[in-house]
Order: sequence, then C-alpha cells, then structure tokens
Amino acid sequence: MKAIGLIIVVLAGALLLYSTQDFPFWGDPASPAGTHTATYYLTKAFEETSVPNVVTAVLADYRGFDTMFETGVIFCAGLGCFVLLRLSRSRDEDSYYRHVATGITLHIKSAKIPDVSSEFERIDTLWTPYDLIVKTVCRLLAPFVQLFGLYVIAHGHHSPGGGFQGGVILGASVILIAISHNMRTAIGRISEKTIHILMAVGVLLYSGIGALCILLGGNFLDYASLSRILFTNEIEARSLGILGVEVGVGITVMAVMITIYNNLSSDGRLDEGL
Amino acid sequence: MIWELDLAILILVIVAAIGVIQVKDLLGCAILFSAYSFLMCLLWAIMGAVDVAFTEASVGAGVSTVFFVAAVFRTTRRTKD
Repeated sequence: MKAIGLIIVVLAGALLLYSTQDFPFWGDPASPAGTHTATYYLTKAFEETSVPNVVTAVLADYRGFDTMFETGVIFCAGLGCFVLLRLSRSRDEDSYYRHVATGITLHIKSAKIPDVSSEFERIDTLWTPYDLIVKTVCRLLAPFVQLFGLYVIAHGHHSPGGGFQGGVILGASVILIAISHNMRTAIGRISEKTIHILMAVGVLLYSGIGALCILLGGNFLDYASLSRILFTNEIEARSLGILGVEVGVGITVMAVMITIYNNLSSDGRLDEGL
Repeated sequence: MIWELDLAILILVIVAAIGVIQVKDLLGCAILFSAYSFLMCLLWAIMGAVDVAFTEASVGAGVSTVFFVAAVFRTTRRTKD
C-alpha cells in the first residue's frame, strides 16, 4: 500500500514540476496576470482610494467580496471547532485549590471555597506549574503585543498588514496569557460569551458596511457612496470604508483564534489549558 | 536577490518538509512545521510579497504551531504508522 502511495505521489509531483515549464518567469511584466488588471490596480489604486499599500486596496476594495467570504470561512471554522469540541459538563465534582502563600494544594470533595478568594486560587489538576517569572514577563508583554496588533490593523493602509494579521496578533496576546497563567485567568479577562459575540460582530460589521452602501444608493461594498454620511469626498470615503472593513476582519479573526485555542487545548471543558 | 541565500533557504524548506513527514514524534513534527512556515515566510519576503510573508509568519509560524501543540497535548505524541 505504501509503495502504491509513493508511486502516486512521485507521478503527481513529476506532473506538477513538468507543468511549471509553462509558467511565466518570476517578475515577468508580460505575464497574463501582469497585463490585465494588475496594471490598472498599480496605476489607479492610489488616486482612486488614496491607499498607498496596493495590496490592502485590492483586498478590501476591488476584491471586497472575496475578503468578506474569507472572513465568513474563518467564522465558520471557529463555529465548527466550538460545536465539535465544546462540552457543557465539567470533569467531576472534585475541585482543587492552591494556597497562594504556601503553595499547598487542597483537594476538596464536596464543599467549595468561593472562587474569589485572596488566599486560595482555583486550579484544575493535582499539580499545575507555577512560575512567577514566566507569569510576570508574559503579563507585562501582553499589552505591547496588543498595541502592535492594533497598529498592524490601523496602519494596514500604509505598511504591510491589515485585519487578518492584526487579528491573529491580538488573539495571540490572549493565548499568551492563557498559556503563561491558566485558562481561568484568560477567560476571566475575556469571557466565552464576549468572544462569541465578537466573532459575529466582526462579520456583521463587514457585511453591514456593504449593506449600508446599498442603502446610500451605491452597489454592495461600494464605499464611495459612504461619502454622504462621512462628509468627505468619494476617495477619502473609500479609504475609510477599507479601514472599517479591516476592523471587522480583525475582530472576527481575533475571536476565532481565541475560541479555537480555548476549545482545543482544554478538550472543550474550558478549565485547564496547556 | 542574493541567489546563495535563496538556494540555502530552498534546500532548508525541502529538508524541513521531508522531516515533517518522516519524524515519528508529533511534537517534533509541529516544531518542524513551524520552521517550515518560517522559512516560507523568508522566501515570500525575498520575493517581495511582504503582506503574504507577514501572514505566513503570524498564522503559519505563530498561532498554528500553538494549535498543533495543543492538539498533540490532548491526544497522543506518537504516530501509529
């Protein structure tokens, strides 16, 4: 069986390598992709949208539908992960607490210490690692990671970046907290309900901006018609429309990354992460 | 573009890709896949596709590695085949 698989893989690979001979050379100005729409985008994108980064202009404005459904795909991925993995029942009735001052673990069968106690900390297994240096460094690092994520979203007009990358970085900051502390801390900062609402809000913001364009008399995702409510000219309105759309993408991607991590690393119980 | 650098990265990409298939330890696979993603990110940056390189670095080398490690942690570390 393995030999047959190897033969198939080698044949398919050889076929793919053979077909690369017909590709245009790298950076060839006469290639089919470079002669039709690319010339238009490169020459007209800045004067039509006032966005210096052509990639952002093409992704969010000229190919707005494509990016909208990509966001929808990411939303569905998060939803699928939640539906497949999430369990509503907790592991058992036992609960573990750690006395913060001494580090002694208490295993309590039936009674409960209130979760908001300054002396005891709720943990999920008999022994969970506890490292003050890792916790402190990661807690200090998280705000700067988030600031960089916001910069990447907001500065996508001028430099590489945009909603997807910025959203991933924002999600990674919360994942960093969940790894370095524990998942209870991360969920305490941003609850599961908030994450699910944010997941939907991002997609709704994107398609809502598109629908608003229809209400203002343009086509779907035709940001130029937003100039009537933004009190600017049509070029500036397209730039601002791209920014709004990127924010929507960033919110959805951030929430989806967090929900996938939460469900994947805790078997869907949302108690103890990695 | 410096062609020696390009060649070195291309060879490392192939080595990482073969390593991901061959290694039996799934945690090692996740780390090798992260290295593969990072090398691809370098290739994108060399070719001038900085936006794609940024996405590859944040999604491929960053968050997806965390997801792989989480999945390995909750399932098994050895492959069956």
